[in-house]
Amino acid sequence: MSYLTIRNLSANLKGRPDRILRNVSLQVAAGEVRGLVGESGAGKSMIGKAILGTLPLSIEITGGEIILDGTDLLKLPPAQRRTRIGQFCALIPQDPLTALNPSRRIGPQITNRLVDILRWTRADAEKRARELLAEVHIPDPERVMRSYPHELSGGMRQRILIASAFAAEPKLIVADEPTTALDVTVQKQILKLIAEMQARHGTALLFVTHDLGVVSKVCQSLSVLYGGLVLEDSRMTDFFHAPKHPYSRALLAATPKYTDPDGSLTPVPDAVVAATRAEVEAADRSAHV
Amino acid sequence: MQLLQSVLTRLFTTLITLIGVAVIVFFVIRVVPGTPIAMMLPPGATEDDVARLTALYGLDKSIPQQFLIWLSGTLHGDFGTSITTRQPVLALVLSRLPATLELSIMALVIATAIGGFMALTGTRLRGTKTEAAIDISNGMALSVPDFLWGLILILGFGVLIPIFHISGRISPSLDLPFTSNFYLFESVLRLRFDLWADIVAHMFMPALALAIPLAAIIGQLLKQSLKETMHLDYVTLARTKGYGENHVILHEALPNAILPTLTLVGVQFTFLIGGTVIIERLFSYEGLGNMAIDAVINRDLPLIQGIVILFAVIFTAVNLLVDLCYAALNPRLRHA
Ligand SMILES: Nc1ncnc2c1ncn2[C@@H]1O[C@H](COP(=O)(O)OP(=O)(O)OP(=O)(O)O)[C@@H](O)[C@H]1O
Ligand SMILES: [Mg+2]
Repeated sequence: MSYLTIRNLSANLKGRPDRILRNVSLQVAAGEVRGLVGESGAGKSMIGKAILGTLPLSIEITGGEIILDGTDLLKLPPAQRRTRIGQFCALIPQDPLTALNPSRRIGPQITNRLVDILRWTRADAEKRARELLAEVHIPDPERVMRSYPHELSGGMRQRILIASAFAAEPKLIVADEPTTALDVTVQKQILKLIAEMQARHGTALLFVTHDLGVVSKVCQSLSVLYGGLVLEDSRMTDFFHAPKHPYSRALLAATPKYTDPDGSLTPVPDAVVAATRAEVEAADRSAHV
Repeated sequence: MQLLQSVLTRLFTTLITLIGVAVIVFFVIRVVPGTPIAMMLPPGATEDDVARLTALYGLDKSIPQQFLIWLSGTLHGDFGTSITTRQPVLALVLSRLPATLELSIMALVIATAIGGFMALTGTRLRGTKTEAAIDISNGMALSVPDFLWGLILILGFGVLIPIFHISGRISPSLDLPFTSNFYLFESVLRLRFDLWADIVAHMFMPALALAIPLAAIIGQLLKQSLKETMHLDYVTLARTKGYGENHVILHEALPNAILPTLTLVGVQFTFLIGGTVIIERLFSYEGLGNMAIDAVINRDLPLIQGIVILFAVIFTAVNLLVDLCYAALNPRLRHA
């Protein structure tokens, strides 16, 4: 049974007909890593935000279910939903430079949720934070915990955010393009670290990215998104051998082989894009009847 | 270390500023028409009387000469003698300073309380009718100057529903045990809450009149800054940790949103202190501002100079204080 099941999730720009998510369904099994790929604006981040309850005020969910461990989050009262998410889910954000509060030391930024939300003692929480920082290969965790974010490098901060995401032993982590804001040299290390932490803790991971090369390294299954519509939902091996949807095929062709980073990049052909867009519109029409 | 250095630099530039202010004021008040002597003599005084008095106050010398005399006195702590009251300027000015400081600080406290409350409420209820109502009332508060608020308050709560006093600093019938002129402060220290209540009943309306425009500015700036901060990633991250909206606003957004507001509030606070001149007059409140108007009417040149210099000192002190607060609140500067 899957840990997270999203069923027919739709979202709109509030008070407008603009659709952001179109009947999205996807599942993440316990301990599984699922990739979520698609071009910019496809709605990848919106799915993550819908799960974590951080959608912007301008966007409203118009239908569907987000079932976490058997409970539909959308049916819970806000406060309960929030604590449930805080207890069982976590986010690894995209930009480590803006995801840490500049006026607070690192230590409390990791331990506060354990103390405030999960009612740990401060001492236990600090011990846990030290262990986690060591786990993400940060030298001298004591000193780092006393530092302010601006005193640390981007790669260091992303390690801290990864440690913080695992702090409460969540069952599901949403990682929204966790390496795109980093130096190329650091990207690989961070990717490796996320995979390593995921494997060690057995956490289910929803990995948002537009890089199929990254997906092939860390994911076991993936969903391809276009215009808020899920085009394809495949096991990783199936996808790379035989992508089902023409758009996926074009996407795969457009991705330079990660073994050959200088390989020429073929853009997704216009005809494929047009056909896919027509498919999205057809889905809308059938939803209206 | 760096902080000490910047404070010292600031003190030095402050000194230069003060000298500049002194020079400008000194010359300006001497070239505008009207002399203090004409105000002092009874009608029918002879040319001789005028000349005698003019010489007595040193006003027969050239303006640069007068300035040098004044400057050397000032550097020795002697700001001259008030022409109208014949008392030392420094003592006069310092005796009035506490009244104005208490009024300004009370106004600042009221403004911060109202403005902060508006900003937090507006952020909490953003996108609702309450937020729109807050924006509208802020706009209204800003479009009416402080002295008009003073008149409105006098009409409303001094005349129609007389719950506050409209003039003076304390009821004249009361016996005052005070040894300083910080009445409000001292009444608390002496646990004389009867006196404290009387003083507050006098101060509240002038302080509120001064506070309303500043409250609107604080409300607007802080709300804007909070709303921008609420979109930042660390605030979103805090939400995913299970924190509620109130906690997120107060603990994640507010400490960072305060910083840009603080600097502007410092500037606005100096405007507020400037506003005490008219407000004190309106409420017959015996502070520096009221004294300044009398001094100008009487052409009491040494007194005008003393008051202006003191205001300049207060302004620069406020700015310095704001910078120190900013540094204290901002870890990036604290550890730089
Ligand atoms: N705050 C917002 N208010 C209204 N619409 C938004 C907002 N943020 C994003 N959108 C719209 O929602 C759609 C999906 O955006 P989303 O951020 O999920 O894209 P994405 O797939 O994550 O893209 P990227 O790779 O650029 O991060 C886009 O069409 C975007 O224009
Ligand atoms: Mg995104």
